[in-house]
Amino acid sequence: MLVNIGVLAFQGSVIEHMNSLSRLKDVNPLEVKTLSELNTVDGLILPGGESTTIGKLLRDFELAPYIIERINMGMPVWGTCAGMILLARKIAGGENPHLDVMDIVVRRNAYGGQLDSFSTNVSIPEIAESQLPLVFIRAPWIEEVSEKVKVLCKINDKIVAARQDNMFVTSFHPELTENLEFHKYFAGIVAHNMLEKKTSCKK
Amino acid sequence: MSERSKLNENLAQMLKGGVIMDVTNPMEAEIAQRAGAVAVMALERVPADIRKQGGVARMSDPKMIKGIKSAVSIPVMAKVRIGHIVEAQVLEALGIDYIDESEVLTPADDMFHVDKKKFKIPFVCGAKNLGEALRRIGEGASMIRTKGEAGTGNVVEAVRHMRTIMSEIRRLVNLPKEELMTFAKEIGAPYELVVKVAQEGKLPVVNFAAGGIATPSDAALMMQLGSEGVFVGSGIFKSSNPEKMAKAIVKATTFYDKPDIIAEVSEDLGEAMYGIEMSEIESGSILSDRGW
Repeated sequence: MLVNIGVLAFQGSVIEHMNSLSRLKDVNPLEVKTLSELNTVDGLILPGGESTTIGKLLRDFELAPYIIERINMGMPVWGTCAGMILLARKIAGGENPHLDVMDIVVRRNAYGGQLDSFSTNVSIPEIAESQLPLVFIRAPWIEEVSEKVKVLCKINDKIVAARQDNMFVTSFHPELTENLEFHKYFAGIVAHNMLEKKTSCKK
Repeated sequence: MSERSKLNENLAQMLKGGVIMDVTNPMEAEIAQRAGAVAVMALERVPADIRKQGGVARMSDPKMIKGIKSAVSIPVMAKVRIGHIVEAQVLEALGIDYIDESEVLTPADDMFHVDKKKFKIPFVCGAKNLGEALRRIGEGASMIRTKGEAGTGNVVEAVRHMRTIMSEIRRLVNLPKEELMTFAKEIGAPYELVVKVAQEGKLPVVNFAAGGIATPSDAALMMQLGSEGVFVGSGIFKSSNPEKMAKAIVKATTFYDKPDIIAEVSEDLGEAMYGIEMSEIESGSILSDRGW
């Protein structure tokens, strides 16, 4: 089944996500900057970038309420790094949340500045059996989750990947690697969601 | 390529589509962040003032840079003089996010740039053409920007530099393999990087526009010419309403291909910075000639 996956294209690692998605079978990648573009997608990626910039543009161009509505109605969404911050209900340190939809508390620049950026390889059974390359750029981590949230990966005791129903977040940037497992995983969530919608319509 | 240089190029990728703003104190840094800047460049004097006041322009006071760093959560960049190895070491010690080895400051070395591969911290460097861009990348720059002519509020040089780089890349892509070595020799660039650009049809690192950008339309123009983001130096805090100008330039950079949005954000911005026509500048004061 062909699914339309959008990448919020205000700023950041947009092309990188588009390139990864275009290498997958049965995925039609689309850049999303406007409401009409949002309405054409079955799932949405919020890319890496600066969360303050993307959050501000989401508010100024009044896209935020529509994205929130779609997420509440079950549209799968995946936030990488800045995208994870956008989805969080709470940002440690008192900054106002952006989309305020996922039961996680995130800390921005948790590892420090660029000199603390790093990459590593881990296995995350939920995503794939093979070792996965993870790239952290001035990355956030998750400090707290509610019982609705499933923790998918921890590094040095810090949560760096999690899922709550249709919402999936990673502190790191799979779009900066050649590895497609995370994109495949998300495309699977989108396809599954489409299938469920179809079946429930038939009933 | 080392893991560190890959991570440094990766940070530049995160800045794409965004605006990096020159700020001279924590208050301006906060305004820039609030307006949607993806990073700030901390410096004591914006290029327009350096141009006006003359003298030797050096790295900024570490205290001032630290003040800006603690005022914002977005990445902080700062400038070192071309070839000033120790200024670069000092900025690395401060733990900022990016160094700009910049022609806007007075060069410390009139023949050589910093060996950027020796550093853990990433560098951005200015370029007027493909050869210069690839020499800087060969030295370890993780990001390139056009030089433009800083502090003039005149976009013509940035346009020329971006068009030059893009047309040289287009020419290179069409050359047969056996002509690449001579091309590399002609433009004074490392052969391996010339081969890479010929294969990929783009610079191996992120390429921003800088130098003379003063309005939302200037920023959108640079994006339409193929820039992946913009630096705005004097253009914001030398305008009559910096916060409004900053917000407008951020929006115009994101929606660079939507004239209706650029029109809307350009309304009622007040005075843009005072501009200087290139022919008014004495030849010794042309900053973009600095760089080897």
